[in-house]
Amino acid sequence: MKVSVQYFASLRESSGIEEEQIETATETVSDFYLELAKKYQFSLQLTSVRFAVNGQFVPAASLLNEGDRVVFIPPVAGG
Amino acid sequence: MKFLLTSETIIPPQFSEASAGAKVVFEGVVRNSHKGREVVQLEYESYNELAISEGEQLVSEAIAKYELIDALTIHRIGTLTVGEVAVWIGVLSPHRKNAFLACEFIIDELKLRIPIWKKEHYREGDSGWIEQQF
Repeated sequence: MKVSVQYFASLRESSGIEEEQIETATETVSDFYLELAKKYQFSLQLTSVRFAVNGQFVPAASLLNEGDRVVFIPPVAGG
Repeated sequence: MKFLLTSETIIPPQFSEASAGAKVVFEGVVRNSHKGREVVQLEYESYNELAISEGEQLVSEAIAKYELIDALTIHRIGTLTVGEVAVWIGVLSPHRKNAFLACEFIIDELKLRIPIWKKEHYREGDSGWIEQQF
């Protein structure tokens, strides 16, 4: 299936891109993260990352669907 | 709108209400050091869509939890130098106690929940993304 991914902060810098469309066979958002972590050599551990799909926080075990907009959320530091 | 992101200098807004006996304002300001390193600049980045929806929810939660009259949060995005305001929080309440508590609740939760990231640029020329410390 094809999904879109937006990268922020350290993940944007590691991947070198802000946004892309990707074909993936992974089922969950966390497996998808692991696939991309390997591809782009992300140093952030899975346990440090939160997930958003279509503009909402979702659990790590959430299933991906065709056309989803996925964002991986590195540890936040507002304020 | 109770949670705003801006790439412009934050100018404290007009924020008042006749039934408010207390107004507490918190300004988070860019400091010149972090863990012994001299900081010259901060860079804030956000996932706007989720930051705004989660921020709106957070401020609404604070209003309900502390029975506030109103509350407003403005967060700066982009490059900031030492002394600039990174976040402005204003809270209106009939009485002071809940106004103080609500203001602290909003800044504490904001640091935990809102998808905003901060990169520090140091005097020596290097930089690093910050993970919130508690």
